[in-house]
Amino acid sequence: MTVADRPTPRDPSDDGLLRRGLAVIGVALRSAPRPFSVGIGGSLVYAIMMVLSSLVLGWITDEVLIPTFAAGEIDRGLLLTAVLLIVGVALFKAIGVVGRRLGAYYAQFSLQSSYRRQVTRRYLELPLAWHRRHPTGELLSNANADVESAFFVAAPLPMAVGASVLLAITAALLIVTDPALAAIGFAVGPLLGFANWFYQRRMRSAATVAQQARAEVAEVAHESFDAALVVKTLGREDAEEERFRAVSDDLRDKMIRVGRLRAFFDPVIEALPNVGILLVLLVGAYRVRDGALTPGDLVQFAYLFRLVALPMRVFGWLLGELPRAVVGWDRVSRVLAATDRMTYGDAPGAGQGGADAAMVEVGFLHPTSARERLDGVAGPVAPAAGDDLTSAGAEDHRRGIDSVTFDVAAGRTIALVGATGSGKSTIASLLVRLYDPDHGQVTYDEHALPDLARDQLADHVAIVFQEAFLFDDTVRENITLGAELPHDRVEAAARLAQAHGFVTALGAGYDTMVGERGATLSGGQRQRIALARALVRSPRLLVLDDATSAVDPAVESAILRGLADAELPATVIVVAYRQGSIALADEVVFVDEGRVAARGSHRRLLAEVPAYRQLVTAYEEEARERDIAEQAAAEAGPEPDR
Amino acid sequence: MSRHREAATTRPTTDARGAQPEGAWRTFRRGLALSPELRVGLAVTMLLALVATAGRAIVPIAIQRTIDDGLESGAGLDLDAVAVVVLAAFVAVVITALASGAMNYRLAAVVETALSSLRVRAFRHIHDLSMLHQATQQRGGLVSRVTSDIDEISRFMQWAGLNLITSVGQLTGATLVMFAYSWRLTVLVLVVFVPFMVGARWFQRRLTVAYLIVREKVGVMLGALAETVVGAPVVRAYGIEERTQARLDERIEEHRRAAVRAGTYSSLFSGSGEVFGALATAAAVVGGGLLGIDDQVTVGTVLAFLFLITLFVDPVLIAAEVINEGQTAVAGWRRVLDILDVEPDVADPGQEGRELPPGPVHIRFEHVSFRYPQPGEVARAASGPVVLEDVEVEIAPRTRVAVVGETVSGKTTFAKLLTRLMDPLEGRVLLDGIPVDEVRFSSLRRRVVMVPQDGALFDGTIADNVRMGHEDLSDEDLTLAFLELGLGDWVDELPDHLRTPVGERGGSLSAGERQLVALARAYVANPDLLVLDEATSAVDPATEVRTQRALAGLTSGRTTVTIAHRLSTAEAADEVLVFDAGRLVQRGHHRDLVAEGGVYGALHASWTRGVGTWS
Repeated sequence: MTVADRPTPRDPSDDGLLRRGLAVIGVALRSAPRPFSVGIGGSLVYAIMMVLSSLVLGWITDEVLIPTFAAGEIDRGLLLTAVLLIVGVALFKAIGVVGRRLGAYYAQFSLQSSYRRQVTRRYLELPLAWHRRHPTGELLSNANADVESAFFVAAPLPMAVGASVLLAITAALLIVTDPALAAIGFAVGPLLGFANWFYQRRMRSAATVAQQARAEVAEVAHESFDAALVVKTLGREDAEEERFRAVSDDLRDKMIRVGRLRAFFDPVIEALPNVGILLVLLVGAYRVRDGALTPGDLVQFAYLFRLVALPMRVFGWLLGELPRAVVGWDRVSRVLAATDRMTYGDAPGAGQGGADAAMVEVGFLHPTSARERLDGVAGPVAPAAGDDLTSAGAEDHRRGIDSVTFDVAAGRTIALVGATGSGKSTIASLLVRLYDPDHGQVTYDEHALPDLARDQLADHVAIVFQEAFLFDDTVRENITLGAELPHDRVEAAARLAQAHGFVTALGAGYDTMVGERGATLSGGQRQRIALARALVRSPRLLVLDDATSAVDPAVESAILRGLADAELPATVIVVAYRQGSIALADEVVFVDEGRVAARGSHRRLLAEVPAYRQLVTAYEEEARERDIAEQAAAEAGPEPDR
Repeated sequence: MSRHREAATTRPTTDARGAQPEGAWRTFRRGLALSPELRVGLAVTMLLALVATAGRAIVPIAIQRTIDDGLESGAGLDLDAVAVVVLAAFVAVVITALASGAMNYRLAAVVETALSSLRVRAFRHIHDLSMLHQATQQRGGLVSRVTSDIDEISRFMQWAGLNLITSVGQLTGATLVMFAYSWRLTVLVLVVFVPFMVGARWFQRRLTVAYLIVREKVGVMLGALAETVVGAPVVRAYGIEERTQARLDERIEEHRRAAVRAGTYSSLFSGSGEVFGALATAAAVVGGGLLGIDDQVTVGTVLAFLFLITLFVDPVLIAAEVINEGQTAVAGWRRVLDILDVEPDVADPGQEGRELPPGPVHIRFEHVSFRYPQPGEVARAASGPVVLEDVEVEIAPRTRVAVVGETVSGKTTFAKLLTRLMDPLEGRVLLDGIPVDEVRFSSLRRRVVMVPQDGALFDGTIADNVRMGHEDLSDEDLTLAFLELGLGDWVDELPDHLRTPVGERGGSLSAGERQLVALARAYVANPDLLVLDEATSAVDPATEVRTQRALAGLTSGRTTVTIAHRLSTAEAADEVLVFDAGRLVQRGHHRDLVAEGGVYGALHASWTRGVGTWS
């Protein structure tokens, strides 16, 4: 499926937006009712106090200041009342503001953390096939940025509720005291709201575009720095600089566009309330002359206008957040609603010694290019894009294995041999059920893998990948993975993996932190710790997927010899083309082009299968040819000068 | 790029925690000096900012004039006066809006332009440094030098910094206007605000720490998140979902707690702002009333004060939050500066450099020693452990040389010095008799190509990756190259042949396949000196032999240096160099070295044991 075939993602700013935005707000309110109650309560208190404070100010002007100035003497009682009113109202206002903001913060961060937990829980539940379909960066940003943007909307929510109440009260007050002034208010208020809404809408799309440009800059920098050695060795610095300049300039232009929008709208939104106040003053003056209004009323309205201006902006923020919230929420829900699932039975995995393992006509193809995007389709009924991919599979670009059949008797060691790209790693992944095959059956101790209870396989089967993945934790934790194991078992496993020596030389031995992804260790050291991790569990089936590729030959042969001598009570499957690993095996399964091409002892395959012979004896063959050539050269003349 | 900064400014990167106020100011000045574009039209922008800020006093003044001149002028209501005031204020509001718009736009254009050029400069500079390929764990940090660090500066300059300036302007302006109305009332209001200012300082410090913790917790949380996603196969294979989730939950919760804590300080702070605003208002009413009796102030003045006080609280609230952003930005700026301060240790001689003469390359190492620099050291004064010591070797053109040794023997360092990815601490490396640091990069990189173990691929097709640097090659040329390398079958079996996408960082291919693409890339470059650093470690033996043979270019006769831990390569070489603990301990033909024993004998013994006894 190409990009063009996909339904165009719906522009989140079109008509369904408000409805869907309200749905997100509904989810937010239901998920964090208590913080929102506090926040909205605080916001209401604040709104009421805001109106009260302007009433108090009007009252003070009319009843305290003007009489005092006119009479030239002070009424202490009145003045004290005024002070108490101002401070009392302010105290409640402060309580309101703290309540509103605390509630909003609590709501926002609780929602974020709760949905982060839910999303990551789904990640851990969803099968690896699903993971494979989604780029790493997308999964990371879904649990981080998408969750965040879905619930940014929580922050202005309590304030918006308060602002609505404030507006209603203000409107009522205006109408009751003076309809003429109310008319100005009704003219300016919606105008401001509309300007805000329009601004936020324009701003949001400009900001989204800039955000994409920013991601592009980061992506190019990442890729380029990752490939620094290649860039340097091929002398590509200038080309890379140009590539980076292009994306950086693009980001610059988009940011300037954002700046231009802000430069246009910010002053307008700032000026509108001021214009409103000036109109109130002008019209108000006429009304005072006509006796329809007292000067105090006028001051009160001017003040009220000023106070209302800020809350009015909150509607702009809220509306502006909606598109982002909707997009974020859609992406989050797609993960939460993903239906891919591995099924489990109730068969046990425990038993004595090594387990039997087998594959019967197993086929598994995975797409090389098709990736599913979390925001690909934004509709009410989201079709599982995974099924889509399967149905489009006929003309899709896929690689994998066609039909693989072989079995391994309990306790035996098998070498899985094949050329680069022949499907060895795919077989290894299927044996430990990282994926379920498209067809055919993988079995463990006579049980089809899906019949085993959840985690039974993980408890009794271990795989070591070529690319060792370490967690940001201690050496010990990386070996035990949290299991309560006595130190001597950990050490024994480390010794067998030839890791004990270098581990004890580390600063804190087994309690040394290895850094992010084990960055403080070399590739070979990481592989050895990963191997110890597998060995310490005494698995009944051990799968080594070229697990010692980065280890020195001397250490590698020590490991292999150790494994052979230890006579592990396990069935071992070694993915390899290295002679050392092959020598360890009782038998060889030769894989070619996604099928088992031959099987038997190493000696027999050497003798009977030319392709196999060609593959594993390439070095010796080369040496032999060379010797012949050298002899010929020596006979032909003096050895070339070295 | 000319830089005349003193070397003393080169300091190891300090984190945000270590930011001192003086250091911040200094960083700020150095940062401005680095981007002269930022000063373009600065005076005009600042003037506009001043006008925009002053505009905030318009409405309180207009109210005062309306009340005093129009309503309370004693001679009844003067509607003309009110109209004049309102009209004047309206004009002022429009001017203010225009000034504010122009300032915003100018600021965005200038800042974004300056920072984009800084971004590109830092990017290029990082590529020119050798640190990238020395310390893999720093890569993520280096990416943030050209992304988030610069974004922080931009945000600060355009939003926070601007807010800070206008806030200070607003405070000053409001104070001046208040003084003009009545100095007595002003003093009264200021006295009421003193405890608030002190409290603001306290809150600001608390907020700084709180936000710093939030940022740390975000980093920790993202790290755990990345582990969960990237490490998914391990998590699944070992059934440690619950443990992984528990660890992640803990970090998510820590982040939430830190964020709520910062939010709590911020909420309490704005609450206190309300209270002090009210106290000041009450003080103005009482003071105004008392002064009014003596005809010292008018009603309008007192009312204007009540409005001016609202201009007083917000800037303090904003300033306290903005200072946090400022510290983040300064820390980011400092990190960018620290990178730019590091002189490129392996510099291109450029136009003054020499060309390598055509034909297969002759290699000579003269008493070459190398140490890695300790953290914070420059390469020329490196004092780390010795990796290569007094290496003296000559390699004739057209020779196929294998370099072998244990992991820390120095063989990879040898390759990096040979290709001038690094310069030796002592001694010289000569190619065709020319010291390698005198060869201009355009010549060196074309003639000398190295294939590293991890031949990083770029997201694109196989053809895109092979064609890199040789865009003129047709698809047929590439197909032919793969055929010559003996990889025709492999390409044929790919679903889309040369057009097969390799995925992010080549993730759709296996490790061995990625190496094949990197080999093809080197092959089409057709260099005169080819250096292979474990370039086929993940490739099957038959393919390895085929490709290596093709690469050695028996017909074109290039010089080839192969670093390998598979001794098969050594057996096939014209000559073997054996390194041990940084020294060249043995050299000669495989046969002779086996006979000689020593380090090579031991290596060979373990290799043949690994190979097995069946051959």
